[in-house]
Amino acid sequence: MLVHDRLTRRSIQTVFLLVFLPLFALPLAVILAASLSTNWSGALPSGFTLEHYAAVLNGPTLDALRVSVVTAVIASVCALVAGTWAALSAHSLGPRGRRVMDALFMLPVAVPTVVVGLALLVAFSSPPVLLNGTQMIVFIAHTVLVTAFAYQSVSAALDRLDPVHAQVAASLGARPARTLFLVRLPLLLPSLSGAAGLCFALSMGELSATMMLYPPDWTPLPVRIFTATDRGALFTGSAFAVVLMATTLLVMFALSLVRTRAGHR
Amino acid sequence: MGIRLDGVSVSYGGTTVLDSLDLTVEPGEFTALLGPSGSGKTTALRSVAGFVRPDSGRVFLGGRDVTDLPPYSRGIGMVVQSYALFPHMRVDQNVAFGLRAQGVPRREVRTRVGEALELTGMAEYARRHPRELSGGQQQRVAISRALAVRPQVLLLDEPLSALDARLRSEMTTELARLHRDLPDLTVLHVTHDQGEALTLADRVALLERARLREYDTPRNLYDRPRTAFAAGFVGSANLLPGRLDRGSVRFCGLDVDAPDALPSGVADGDDLRVCLRPHRLTLGPSEHTVRGRVTDLSWRGSTHRVTADVDGHSFTAEVPGTAEIPDLGTTVELGFTRRDLVVVPAGEEP
Repeated sequence: MLVHDRLTRRSIQTVFLLVFLPLFALPLAVILAASLSTNWSGALPSGFTLEHYAAVLNGPTLDALRVSVVTAVIASVCALVAGTWAALSAHSLGPRGRRVMDALFMLPVAVPTVVVGLALLVAFSSPPVLLNGTQMIVFIAHTVLVTAFAYQSVSAALDRLDPVHAQVAASLGARPARTLFLVRLPLLLPSLSGAAGLCFALSMGELSATMMLYPPDWTPLPVRIFTATDRGALFTGSAFAVVLMATTLLVMFALSLVRTRAGHR
Repeated sequence: MGIRLDGVSVSYGGTTVLDSLDLTVEPGEFTALLGPSGSGKTTALRSVAGFVRPDSGRVFLGGRDVTDLPPYSRGIGMVVQSYALFPHMRVDQNVAFGLRAQGVPRREVRTRVGEALELTGMAEYARRHPRELSGGQQQRVAISRALAVRPQVLLLDEPLSALDARLRSEMTTELARLHRDLPDLTVLHVTHDQGEALTLADRVALLERARLREYDTPRNLYDRPRTAFAAGFVGSANLLPGRLDRGSVRFCGLDVDAPDALPSGVADGDDLRVCLRPHRLTLGPSEHTVRGRVTDLSWRGSTHRVTADVDGHSFTAEVPGTAEIPDLGTTVELGFTRRDLVVVPAGEEP
């Protein structure tokens, strides 16, 4: 075929590098470069410095990182539990119920994030449930936004899961709960850890809904990046962004280790 | 504990996959459900296991109506084609799974896991993971896992189909030994392999297109099939059109005295099928002889298969590998005696 020809393969690879490198890798490299510079007036930045990173280590930013990680962990765990639960229920519902559930969980993805933020703000700004100005409303917003992704990846994994393991477990006398926790969920573990990584990354980067909802004592890192760049501190903002990126990648890498270990069994 | 299916019907979206199946398996009996794909044999097994809810009819295990019981309350053991070992558990944990689920005390679990693995010769692999085992070894573990819970009914869903020919015959011997060693265990074995069914089963239920065609011992099914379908599906057969005419069978220009035992439903003047097993035909003339041109020769090691065209009908003879074999295109005489003849009603053939 086409790709077996050496010349063709080379040219495809070249095109790939030419198109994708500038689009995906270079912007990130630019941020990294900016975070280490004092000014950037020519083609390349100048004045190497680490002082922006020193700014990270002072109180508010490190606090913002902690806020982001805590929020992302809480949101991912809640989303994973809710999404897995919903996907398992949807699969036992039959085709019609399944379609309703799929549509329901598409909503937070289909509706603009700002709208979700606004909806939560309006809904919880007056009694009986008054959550406006609490950390709770941030957790809820993030959970709502990422549960859809958890639901979809677990649901796709359930489609691929051969029911024969669960059936054999049942024939051996295991009740549905035992089969779920000892057989089906362990078999789904690779997908679950993938879904967890996705949820974590999405929550770490969430800005638009958070902007409308965050209380003063609970400022996630993306908000700090936004306010820093908004007042013109581009290089400091870049350093914050690099920290955000590195933390997210680190967690996703750790989760992918869980996945490979589970996959190898 | 016996199995009884009482008028069990199953259909999926308007297609009937099992049509009012009546089947009784005596306690301790090894029954094979044999049939081509789509005959409903797997559905029958799955309705015994509880994974398929019959549209009508009842399923009994040991005289108890289990139709409405979930699979985990039926007390069966099951082995499937893909082994379905739990990949995240070691061999011993796999075998212990059913015992733990049934609340067997921890100490007893250990001895019974050992016994069950001993039964299939897998004791030394207890601490391995399934992925470290070959297909045959995985299937042995799957059998141990099913037997560890001491089920009174064991369901085998094409357990040997994923194995290569050598392993399959080895495991067939193994299953036969298990059946001898566990005389109280009732086994229902789904297979499309007639060799497996003939070797292992006490009785064979032959299914075709959602219906039970015949239910008999392998010997009777082979020697005295009652339908053209059974004659053609169980073992190979030359099926030739004929007619019963005043006590003799006329076919291919021959006139042979009718066999003593005629199947029910065949009356004088009826069209019928004559079944001649290839290994009962001999090269050269005999009590009855047909002549034909050799159209195909195939060597099978211990035997030769000689196919000849006799007046437009194909005759296949299986003769010893040591026999003198005619050349392709030459004329050959094939002989048989009246005793080699089995008559079945003209009907659908496989």
